[in-house]
Amino acid sequence: MAFSEKIRNIYKEELKGIEEAGIFKKERYIHSPQAADIEVEFPKGSSLKKVINMCANNYLGLSSHPEVIKAAHEGLDSRGYGMSSVRFICGTQDIHNELERKVTEFLGTEDTILFPSCMDANAGVFEAVLGKEDVMISDRLVHASIIDGIRLASAEHDTFKHSNMKHLEKKLQLHSDKCRRVVITDGVFSMDGDTAKLDEMVALCEKYDAMLFVDDSHASGFIGKTGRGTHEKCGVVGKIDIITTTFGKALGGASGGCVSGRKEIVEMCRQKARPYLFSNTIAPVVVAGVMKVFDILSASTERRDKLEANSTYWRKGLEDAGFVLQPGDTPIVPIMLFNAKLSQDISNDLYEKGIYAIGFFFPVVAKGQARIRTQISAGHEKHHLDKALGVFIEVGKKYDILGKTKQEIIEMYGL
Amino acid sequence: MEDMKDILLEYVIEEYLEDEDEEITYDTPLISGGIVDSFSMVSLKRFVENKYKISIPDDKATPEAFDTVESIVELVKKYIN
Repeated sequence: MAFSEKIRNIYKEELKGIEEAGIFKKERYIHSPQAADIEVEFPKGSSLKKVINMCANNYLGLSSHPEVIKAAHEGLDSRGYGMSSVRFICGTQDIHNELERKVTEFLGTEDTILFPSCMDANAGVFEAVLGKEDVMISDRLVHASIIDGIRLASAEHDTFKHSNMKHLEKKLQLHSDKCRRVVITDGVFSMDGDTAKLDEMVALCEKYDAMLFVDDSHASGFIGKTGRGTHEKCGVVGKIDIITTTFGKALGGASGGCVSGRKEIVEMCRQKARPYLFSNTIAPVVVAGVMKVFDILSASTERRDKLEANSTYWRKGLEDAGFVLQPGDTPIVPIMLFNAKLSQDISNDLYEKGIYAIGFFFPVVAKGQARIRTQISAGHEKHHLDKALGVFIEVGKKYDILGKTKQEIIEMYGL
Repeated sequence: MEDMKDILLEYVIEEYLEDEDEEITYDTPLISGGIVDSFSMVSLKRFVENKYKISIPDDKATPEAFDTVESIVELVKKYIN
């Protein structure tokens, strides 16, 4: 046996260290479809608890939409379950190509290539389109999958302070000797819910001859007047060279992602991106569901409009109650608690009272920036938000944090 | 080496701190203290390499070695000679 006691003990120690650091992750089993109301088994073996879900990426409430489910069934019936092949051998169906065309049209780009996930898109794109004579300049708060993609690429990399355009400009000047420069950002930042200044970034990229990359996973489908994404909100549709996004959040929430942008970039991915080349693409059943999502979104902005109204209502309710919020205008509404233990205690109390919202703390967010991140959905009705608000206020009173400033909360609970 | 300490401290403040951040000193933990993430450490390494015309092997450019201005000075001194 190669897995000796010695090896086992090394792992045990490592896992113990993770537990002692307070960052051991435990899954909660959901026994119902993803929705505003869910039934959860937690801890494992306990009886099911009905809770309101305030932490899903199900922004448009399409994860369990009847039309999407019906389309997925039809896709399953007409195109089968799996492809048993990567794209370039015998794993491409007509519907994969059709979905790529729909995404291109929706995002207003030149071309699109599907990936098994946006994690894979981000992991594969930089290596495929850049060489060691190039440089990647990324915002310091970009998603972990982008960091992995940057690490896999041979191009030099540098970072700029979060959303700091002066610092970005300095970095563009510093790297003016490189062959190609690519500026990398999230469209909406997942932990803070703030939006990248894409209009200013486009101007800087034009000035310094740099490409612009945007991961719009927390924006596609609902940010901007017709939900095209952060580039629509910032008035720069057609000016983003590389957009990556996911179908695992607002766009049905199943799985899959893509790289969309300049046709030469997309073609380079088709030729060289390793997660595309060496992995099956999105299963036909999911492709069929995502295509229906785009049909729904192209027909009406009703769902993104409802999401916007819900988000405004939720944010105002929390503000009026006296919580400290991270400023923003997206469906990601972080309630700032600063202290890691406080964020865990409040999350546990909320759950006890039927509200499912997770606390985040270092190393997921910066030290002293612990928070409960709430995410609003078009699947939430007013009664969901009112009930959740009531519970938040009740728990907020228990910990005496309502109406308190950041400094006062830190003085009470420490960092 | 006071000079080097001050040059590095100034660079760290300029490169990593936001306006509202607290002041840091020569022995403030930068990486373990969450001021510099290990991914952004690369610009710090490049700065000292360019400034002092040295090359620090990747396996020596550890988060521990770059954790304070003082430890970076120690590291740089090894390679200057």
